[in-house]
Amino acid sequence: MKTILTDVLVIGGGLAGLRTAIGAKQRGHEVIVLTLVPPKRSHSAAAQGGMQASLANVTNGIGDNEDIHFGDTVRGSDWGCDQIVARMFVNTSPKAVRELAAWGTPWSRVRRGDREVIINSQKVTLTERDTAHGLIAQRDFGGTKKWRTCYVSDGTGHAMLFTTSDQAIRHGIEVHERVEALALIHDGARCYGAVVRNLITGELSAYLAKATAIAAGGAGRLYRVTTNAVICEGMGHALALETGVAALGNMEAIQFHPTGIFPAGILVTEGCRGDGGLLRDVDGHRFMPDYEPEKKELASRDVVSRRMEEHIRKGKGVPTRFGPHLWLDITLLGRRHIEHNLREVKEICGSFLGIDPAEKWIPVRPAQHYTMGGVRTRHTGESPYLKGLFAAGEAACWDLHGFNRLGGNSVAETVVAGMIVGEFISDFCDRPDNNIAPPLTLAQEFVRREEIRLQELLAANGQESAFALLAEMQDTMTRCVGIFREAEGLSEGVTTLQRLLQRSGNLKLTGKSWGSNPELVAAYRLKRMLKLALTIAYGAYQRTESRGAHFREDFPQRNDRDWLKRTLASWPDEDATLPHLAYERLEVRKMELPPGWRGYGTRNYIDHPDTPIRQAEVERLREKLDAADRFAVQEALMPYRDKLPAVLRNHNERLDEPLEDNAHA
Amino acid sequence: MPDSNAPAEALRHRFLTLEILRYNPQEAGSLPRLQSYRIEEADGMTLFIALNEIRTRQDPTLQFDFVCRAGICGSCAMMVNGRPRLACRTLTLDYPDHITLTPLPFFELIGDLSVNTGKWMRGMSERLATWLHGREETVDVTRIEERMEPEVAEAIYEMDRCVECGCCVAACGTAQMREDFVGAVGFGKIARFRLDPRDTRTDDDFYEVIGDDRGVFGCMSLLACHDVCPKNLPLQTQIAFLRRKMAMVG
Repeated sequence: MKTILTDVLVIGGGLAGLRTAIGAKQRGHEVIVLTLVPPKRSHSAAAQGGMQASLANVTNGIGDNEDIHFGDTVRGSDWGCDQIVARMFVNTSPKAVRELAAWGTPWSRVRRGDREVIINSQKVTLTERDTAHGLIAQRDFGGTKKWRTCYVSDGTGHAMLFTTSDQAIRHGIEVHERVEALALIHDGARCYGAVVRNLITGELSAYLAKATAIAAGGAGRLYRVTTNAVICEGMGHALALETGVAALGNMEAIQFHPTGIFPAGILVTEGCRGDGGLLRDVDGHRFMPDYEPEKKELASRDVVSRRMEEHIRKGKGVPTRFGPHLWLDITLLGRRHIEHNLREVKEICGSFLGIDPAEKWIPVRPAQHYTMGGVRTRHTGESPYLKGLFAAGEAACWDLHGFNRLGGNSVAETVVAGMIVGEFISDFCDRPDNNIAPPLTLAQEFVRREEIRLQELLAANGQESAFALLAEMQDTMTRCVGIFREAEGLSEGVTTLQRLLQRSGNLKLTGKSWGSNPELVAAYRLKRMLKLALTIAYGAYQRTESRGAHFREDFPQRNDRDWLKRTLASWPDEDATLPHLAYERLEVRKMELPPGWRGYGTRNYIDHPDTPIRQAEVERLREKLDAADRFAVQEALMPYRDKLPAVLRNHNERLDEPLEDNAHA
Repeated sequence: MPDSNAPAEALRHRFLTLEILRYNPQEAGSLPRLQSYRIEEADGMTLFIALNEIRTRQDPTLQFDFVCRAGICGSCAMMVNGRPRLACRTLTLDYPDHITLTPLPFFELIGDLSVNTGKWMRGMSERLATWLHGREETVDVTRIEERMEPEVAEAIYEMDRCVECGCCVAACGTAQMREDFVGAVGFGKIARFRLDPRDTRTDDDFYEVIGDDRGVFGCMSLLACHDVCPKNLPLQTQIAFLRRKMAMVG
C-alpha cells in the first residue's frame, strides 16, 4: 500500500478547492489537491453569468453595499441560511473579486458615458460615471435590488477558474489528476485523510493529512434533467455521509434553473434575462409580469422556475414529442450585444439547437441546477462531527444559501469560502495539538476494505446493470422529487429509491478490468448516489412546508413556526435503506433580518412566535442608532466580524464610500 | 422558430456506424484495432449522446472523456473522421452514416478515446509560466481595483477563452515532429499575458521561453491550429504577431 503524507488534503480541483489550497499553501502548509479531471475542466468553468460582489461601480449599482447584498441573500434563501455566514460572505466577496483582478481575471469594465440597455423590454439609456471608467462592471441578476453581478463577458467561471488554476501552478501546488477519493479514513471522531483510487491504473493509496477538505461540487447527476457536468455526482457529499458520523445539511433544497435548453438541459445563463431577455409561452405572450408584477423575469430562480411550470400546467407550453417547453426571447437585445456579451449562449444555441438566438427564440424549461445542501460545517468550514474534516463550496452547507441560492452567489461562494476556509484550515494545522501520528494500521484497514469491495464488485454475478439502475434513479428523482412535490409522489420516490438500493447489491459487470473501467466506476458510485438521493427524497417528504426551492403542493405555506430549522441527514447504519434525520433550529432572536415576505413570490407564511418580538427589537435598535453609521447599526443587530479570519475583517472601499484607515477593523 | 410538432417521417432515423479505435495500454496483450458499433440516430444527437449510448447499451468498457457536455470545458477533443473536434459539440446529422473516431494524437494515450491532455497542459503552463506576473506580491484587496480600459479587458478575454482542449496541438505539423513544441495553445497564453497591462514581463522575458525552435521559430505557418480551434481564437494573427516581436528581440 502506497501512503502519501501531507498537511492538507483537498478533494476537488474546482474553484473552491483550488482557492482553499492556495490559502493553505500561502500560510506555509503542504497541500495536495485530488481531482477526477484536470482542474481547468471542473464544473466551475460552466458558471457563465457572473459573481455577486457589491462594488457599486455601475450607475445601477450606486448605493449598493454589503447590507443590501446581505438582505438579498437572506430573502433569496427564504430565511433558511445562516445569517452570520451570509454576513461573512458579503464582506469577503468584494475582496475576492479584487484579488482575482490582481491575479489576472479579465473582468469586464465600465465604459464612461451613455449606453443603451433593455430594461423591462424598453430601450433605456444609462449614463456611466466618468469616475467609474475602467473599474469592474456589474450586470443585473435575479433576486437582487442592485446591479451587482461582476462578469467576464459570459465566461465568468471559465476566466476565474483559469486564473485560479494558474495561480495554483505558480504556487507549485501538487494536483493529482484522474484520481478519486473512495472513502475518508477516520476513527469516528477524527478524519485522517482518504483512500484514493487512480482512475487510470486502478491503484489504491492512502493519503494521510492533518486536515481534509471536501470541495467536490454538487450532485446534479442524481437527476435525469440537469445543467450539471457529468462529474457532478455528489461524491464529495457521499464521502461524508459514508462515515456514518458526519451529517449533510438541507439536502432536500435543490435548485432548478429556469433556462435549461430543452430537452438537453444545457444551461443558458441568467445573464440573458438580466440583460433584458423575456420568457414567452406558446402564444408568444410574455407571461412573467402576470405572475410577478414587481420582479417579472428577474424574481429568484425558485420563483421563476415554479411560475414557468405553473404556466405549462395551464396548457401554455409549446407541445413537442419530448413534452412541453417555453421560449426564452433574447432577440430584442440585438445582435451586437449577443455576440459580445452573450457569445457562449450564441455558440451553445448554434451547436445544440442549430439556431441563431439573435433571430430565433430559444426553447427552455427548468432543469436541476444546484445543490444547496451539503456537508454540514461550522462557519469555519469544519465539520462539527468529525475533527479535521472541512468542506467548501457547493459540496458544503455552512449555510449561505438556505433553501434557494441567488444567481451569481455560487461562483462567489467558491472563492470566498476558499479564502475563509483556507485561513481556518491553516489555523487548525498550526495548532500543535492537531498534529497527527500517521495512523498506518487504520489506513491499511480502510484501503483493504475498499479493495475487497472492488474485488467483490468485479466478481459479482448478479442480474442488474449499474447503468440501468442509475438511469432509473435519475428518472425517479426528476419525476418524484422535482419542482412541485407532494406526499404521494415523494413517498413513491422514497420507496422506489429504497428498492433500487436493494437491487444495487445484485450487480453484474461485463468488464473485469481493475484499471480504467467506466463500468466499475459507475458500479461503486451507484450505491452512494442512491443513498444521497434518499437523503433528498426522504428529507423532502418529511419537510411538510414550502421554503425556497422546496415546494410542497400539499403544504404551500412557509411555516416558520414548525420548520425554521435545518435538516441534518446522516447514515449511521450502513445497511439501512433510510438516512437518520435530525433537525437544527435557526434562532430568530439572533437574526439581523427576521423572517418576512421576500418581496416576490407568494406572500403566504406562518410566523414563528419569536418573529414579532425580534422585529420590534430590531426596529427599536435601529431607531436608537439612527445617527450611527451603518456598520455600527449592523454590529448592534448581529455582531459577526470576529468570526472572520483577521485578514478578512476590513471594510471595502467604493467610489462613494472611501476608506479612511480601516479603523473599524 | 423550430417546428415544434415534428412530422411522423422525422421519427425514422438513420442507422450510424461508429468505427472507434480501441486500445488499452494498461492491459497486457491489448492491441490497437478498429471496432464498429451500430446505433440508431436520434434528433439532436451529438457524439456525447451517441458514445454514452454505446457505453451503456453495448460496451461498458469503452473509454472516453466528457465533463461539461456543453462545449466549454475542453475535455472531449478527439479525431472525428480525421479532424480534431470537441465531440460534445459534434452533431451526428452533420456527418455521413459512417463516422470514424480515434484519440487525439501527440498526447499520452490513457485508453481508447481518452488522452491525458491535462498532464501536458500543466507541463506547458509550468514551462511558460502562464500566470500573471504582477507588480506587487500582495495587493490590498480592500481598496478599489486598478483600472483597465474596457477594450483591453475584452481583448484579453478574447485570448483567455482557450479551453486547453488540445485540438490545435493535435492538428499541428511541427508537433508531429517535435514533442517539445509548445503549440498554438502555448503561444495563445503568451499573447494573452503580453496584452495584459498588469503583467510586468517584457518581450525579452517572453523570448526566453518561446524564442527558439521549440517556440515560435518552430512554427511552420501551416496554421491548421487556427482552422480547428473550437473557440475560434485568432491564432493566426497572434502567432504571426508574436513571431515578428520575437524576431525583433532576437
